[in-house]
Amino acid sequence: MTVSLALTVVMAVLFACGVYAMLERSLTRVLIGFLLLGNAVNLLLLIVMGVPGEAPFFGSAAKDEMSDPLPQALTLTAIVITFAVSAFLLALIYRSWQLGRADTVEDDETDIAVRERGPESEESMEEQIADEDDDATTDFGDGTAAPLTVLRAGDVPGVRDDAPTDRPGGDA
Amino acid sequence: MSALVPLLVVLPLLGAAIALVAGRHRRTQVVVSIVTLTSVLVISAVLLASVDSGSPIAVSVGGWPIPFGIVLYVDRLAALLVLVSSVVLLAVLLFSVGQGAADGDEDTPVSIFHPTYLILAAGIFDAFIAGDLFNLYVGFEILLVASYVLITLGATESRIRAGVVYIVVSLVSSILFLAAIAVIYGALGTVNMAQLSERMEALPQQTQLVLHLLLLLAFSIKAAVFPLSFWLPDSYPTAPAPVTAVFAGLLTKVGVYALIRLETQIFPDSSVNTLLLVVAGATMVVGVLGALAQAELKRILSFTLVSHVGYMIFGLAIATPLAIGATIYYMVHHIVVQTTLFLVVGLVERRAGSTSILRIKGLMRAAPVIAVLYLIAALNLGGLPPFSGFLGKFALFDAAAQVGSPLLIVLIVAGVVTSLLTLYALMRAWNLAFWREDEPDPTESETEARISYLGDAPAAAVQTERRVIPRIMTAATTGMVVVTVALTVFAGPIFQLCEQIGSALLQPVHLVQLEDAEADG
Repeated sequence: MTVSLALTVVMAVLFACGVYAMLERSLTRVLIGFLLLGNAVNLLLLIVMGVPGEAPFFGSAAKDEMSDPLPQALTLTAIVITFAVSAFLLALIYRSWQLGRADTVEDDETDIAVRERGPESEESMEEQIADEDDDATTDFGDGTAAPLTVLRAGDVPGVRDDAPTDRPGGDA
Repeated sequence: MSALVPLLVVLPLLGAAIALVAGRHRRTQVVVSIVTLTSVLVISAVLLASVDSGSPIAVSVGGWPIPFGIVLYVDRLAALLVLVSSVVLLAVLLFSVGQGAADGDEDTPVSIFHPTYLILAAGIFDAFIAGDLFNLYVGFEILLVASYVLITLGATESRIRAGVVYIVVSLVSSILFLAAIAVIYGALGTVNMAQLSERMEALPQQTQLVLHLLLLLAFSIKAAVFPLSFWLPDSYPTAPAPVTAVFAGLLTKVGVYALIRLETQIFPDSSVNTLLLVVAGATMVVGVLGALAQAELKRILSFTLVSHVGYMIFGLAIATPLAIGATIYYMVHHIVVQTTLFLVVGLVERRAGSTSILRIKGLMRAAPVIAVLYLIAALNLGGLPPFSGFLGKFALFDAAAQVGSPLLIVLIVAGVVTSLLTLYALMRAWNLAFWREDEPDPTESETEARISYLGDAPAAAVQTERRVIPRIMTAATTGMVVVTVALTVFAGPIFQLCEQIGSALLQPVHLVQLEDAEADG
């Protein structure tokens, strides 16, 4: 099987750029990375098709002069799937922007809490639990919603995170 | 009989379309979803009976001859898993109907829940009956896109945050999978699984290994195998209770199913079993250690979910008929029991207004039915005799001991330790949330001191109000608990079926057999 060098090089570059962009914290860049990766894989499917030939319509050309139709079918399916997923990702980015004025991938709150949990924090937690316990009528909690606090990675001292964010005005 | 096979995918898709059109009429949607899933349940039972007494069924969709067209292939394994998943999907649907009926439309956009749920079902069934790699990919994509919508349902801030992690990780695994399919097609000129295994022998060993590892990586992310499991405990707990339940039960198992096909049928010669054994041991131990550090019930369960995927990889890597059979029995057990536990936690959340075991107490007295349901499911997952969890683990250890290499002995020890630690994590939750009395008593402060190291999950601070539990939610959960008990009571015949599947899987399917199976149908 002969393969085109140009296609292979383009595919490799797309893969590299896609992986780089996907490692960013900004969701928009993740989307761009995903699109690049998706196209890289589509190119890979084209490469494995082998040497291109005549259009694979029945009876239009001799059998060994035709292109292999299967990778084309696979590529078409893959393009449709990539399209649907990108549309969903765009909606997600928009919603993320609506909610937090940022489209960044956040760290998990409980993960941060577990990471931050040191021997010295145990005492304070113990007190906190004891305080809650003083209220003897509290059986399942008091029923009122606690204020929602969103903990971000940058707010926690000790978690070093230099990844850039796309928040307006930077990481203020 | 073969006419029934495509219906497994077509019916849920059709149901989804009807449910989407009937978006404003919730009652119609509910009826459509229940009818669809019930008919799939009946069809899969008929198919299982048929393939169990006769031969596997192969259907070439669109009339293209095998191996050029898309092949749907139903053997005992596929039929059994479709049956179990339709039971689980139906029970969770009833649970969510009860929840939706009690809550009204304000909290969740119910109009898209039913169509998406049915599409998720179609994707799961399609993945189970796919006879070629690309159709497996399409099945995965259908279920993943539906799961993206379900995990961000309502689009609250915490769900978006958790959903982003899940979606990005799934995208990466899908791209790896598609790239692997492209490379495999380039190397072998086919994507039909039966033809792949025939042509694979001609490839050099190293090429086989590269292809094998590429697919292994893609499937391991979906199956949440350590070290590719980090995304699961972050993303599952924030979704609505029924969604988490069905994800926990089924989505990782579709990944495990793909791994089973990969190891036994596509690459029968190229063996990475030692690698799989090491990874299985790490998955079991690391997963359960994560569960011990958590104070939130849904997170504890998510970590035990990761941990117990390790048992299935363990059985798969032993690669004897008994071990594969035990893996499949364990998989069926785990699908049912993990879903049940998440449903019970859904009930706890409603009753107590929180899922943090540091905040809930006295549930035993306040809600004895939930307590009993939790206890049965938890003891089952922890592997206490006589439940199916014990039987599954015992069969796995038995299969490992029969081979008896030193690495396998180490893994048996790891498996026993994991089982005990799971029991410890679940029983600690039982002691705190259910058994701890409301009234302050002198020993209380001592308990608090001992558990204080857990800290509390930030998300658990958000307390929702306590609400009444509709009878249908309890009924659905009770039904699932009955199924777990049935898996124990009828363990004999079920295990026999699993062993037959195990020995059948270790003989590669040939193209001729597919063609014969199609001609018979």
